[in-house]
Amino acid sequence: MNIVVCIKQVPDTSEVRINPETNTLVREGVPSIINPYDLHALEAALQLREKTGGKVTVITMGPPQAEDALREAVSMGADDVRLISDRAFAGADTWATSYALYKAIEKIGYDIILCGKQAIDGDTAQVGPEVAEFLDIPHISYVRRIDEPAGGKIRVQRLMDDGYDVVEASLPVLMTVVKELNTPRLPSLKGKMAAKKAVITRMDKDAIGAEEENVGLKGSPTQVRNIFAPQAKADRKMLQGSVEMQVEELVKELRGLKCVSS
Amino acid sequence: MRIIVAEDKCIGCRQCIEACPYSAIAIKDEKAFINEYCQFCRSCLGVCPEGAIVELAEEGDSRKSDLSAYRGVWVFAEQHGGEVASVAYELLGAGRRLADELGTELAAVVLGASEGSADELTAWGADKVYVCGDPVFRDFNDEPYSRMLTTLIQTHKPEIVLAGATPVGRSFMPRVAARLRTGLTADCTALEIDKETRNLLQIRPAFGGNIMATILCPSSRPQMATVRPRVMKRTAADNSRKVEIIHVGGGRLSCRTRVVETVKETSECMINLQEAEIIISGGRGMGGAKGFAMLEELAGLLGGTVAASRAAVDEGWIPYRQQVGQTGKTVCPRIYIACGISGAVQHLVGMQSSDIIVAINKNPEAPIFSVATYGIVGDVNEVIPMLIKKLKEGRQ
Repeated sequence: MNIVVCIKQVPDTSEVRINPETNTLVREGVPSIINPYDLHALEAALQLREKTGGKVTVITMGPPQAEDALREAVSMGADDVRLISDRAFAGADTWATSYALYKAIEKIGYDIILCGKQAIDGDTAQVGPEVAEFLDIPHISYVRRIDEPAGGKIRVQRLMDDGYDVVEASLPVLMTVVKELNTPRLPSLKGKMAAKKAVITRMDKDAIGAEEENVGLKGSPTQVRNIFAPQAKADRKMLQGSVEMQVEELVKELRGLKCVSS
Repeated sequence: MRIIVAEDKCIGCRQCIEACPYSAIAIKDEKAFINEYCQFCRSCLGVCPEGAIVELAEEGDSRKSDLSAYRGVWVFAEQHGGEVASVAYELLGAGRRLADELGTELAAVVLGASEGSADELTAWGADKVYVCGDPVFRDFNDEPYSRMLTTLIQTHKPEIVLAGATPVGRSFMPRVAARLRTGLTADCTALEIDKETRNLLQIRPAFGGNIMATILCPSSRPQMATVRPRVMKRTAADNSRKVEIIHVGGGRLSCRTRVVETVKETSECMINLQEAEIIISGGRGMGGAKGFAMLEELAGLLGGTVAASRAAVDEGWIPYRQQVGQTGKTVCPRIYIACGISGAVQHLVGMQSSDIIVAINKNPEAPIFSVATYGIVGDVNEVIPMLIKKLKEGRQ
């Protein structure tokens, strides 16, 4: 069983703050981490390997420093890692990113592809399903439980708004996973040693056989036109007085807005 | 287009590093260097005191297919068990406004719903409804949904296609965009039209809501977006509208997934958080499950639903399903009452578009007050019983 896991190196957004004076992001000392959802995808891949045997290959698209994320994946138990990296990939939106990942995955070979449900920097949740479409294979999003595959099929639970669906898919299949699926393991000492020694194979545009017009900014249908700070509420009102007075005032305001029947 | 640093002008002052929201600028050999993380947002262009950062046009930027062949605004109306989801009506409200600004028509697409639901959609603003009643669409499977919508788009060429940013829309719409080689913007919270170019300005939060980004899809069509539920307002229903209903056949669509079972997990709160009009939310300050029992009582009086911040969920006081915030649900009720929630940015992004926010917290510096319509500084164990008492008194 060939299992491919797609990961992304992201800034830890829980550490990102806005400087209220300049309205810019304060990123000083913000660490780069593996996208948290992707750790659950990797854990799922390792557990599947333990049950069915096979190989777990972890790939990431990014600049050379994304190598750190791949080493961390090795320390958790990945068999092989690939860095999809080329200056030509710069400025890729979800379309161009998915295209490059699809080209690389096609070269690597796959039965099961696992991704986190979304990355915490972009929050699009689009790359997984787009890769599946490019590869012309089925996909299941928001997977919260995976049963052992049997007879070329796999059965999973897909999280929905008001419950879950039990969904069966034929292999090969791509799945995007949510946090309830598992608890990612910590790197072992042996893993850490392996990570240090690991040779990171780099695949550039030519190695994956990507066409120039489909990668990077050129291959991206969408563009960021501008970014701005979210607007703060203008109509805020701190209530004054004793707790009782404040509560009375609040009840009065809510009644005035006809939010509360009197 | 490309953004580069003219090395001969760069003095290595690092001001551009500060300005870049994507951490895409680094210093290499005492000169600034733009790496692969660059999203071409142009934030760095103005800040260089030496004018060393410049934008270069590249060949191929003018690549444009014939965009004028695409006209009309479409809304994908998702259904659950044959009934159209409420987000579809919100999208029709937004779509109607966009279509009017563009001087074009608004169409809805319903896969797997009844004839009656088509009539219903027209009352909410659609000029046309494409209906496909094929049983393959009864359950949600990504492949047939994406194939069908792709085919309809290829045939009728709308310029804008909107879908709800729901588990359904966010899962299958990317396949449609990949196949059509066009852009899809996820989880938009505002949509505007640039009248000159007919481009759709797609506004969405990024970096966990720390910044907002405006996204364009300038040279391919259709422009597609998923839109966050409970953000757009529906228009008033008008049953007198004349509407064209078009039945389309499903044909033989491949489907390599199968929904074996659908399980509803309704909590004691019964209502889906995202549909709730009034939400009473508790955080670490509630102190325990007992505190949440108090919130249940308050919710009962107000006709609301109880939710929580991540801290309270992590403590095991309330199930994950009720979690609001970046790793939980995004909600937009008429009233959101935050009790004992400090208001970490991850929580704020999940609730800050609520119409009215009431914050109750003993720390006057808590960030929750920065988004609150009404703020009460005080101990929840004192304020909430008082609030319950006053509401009960008012009823008598």
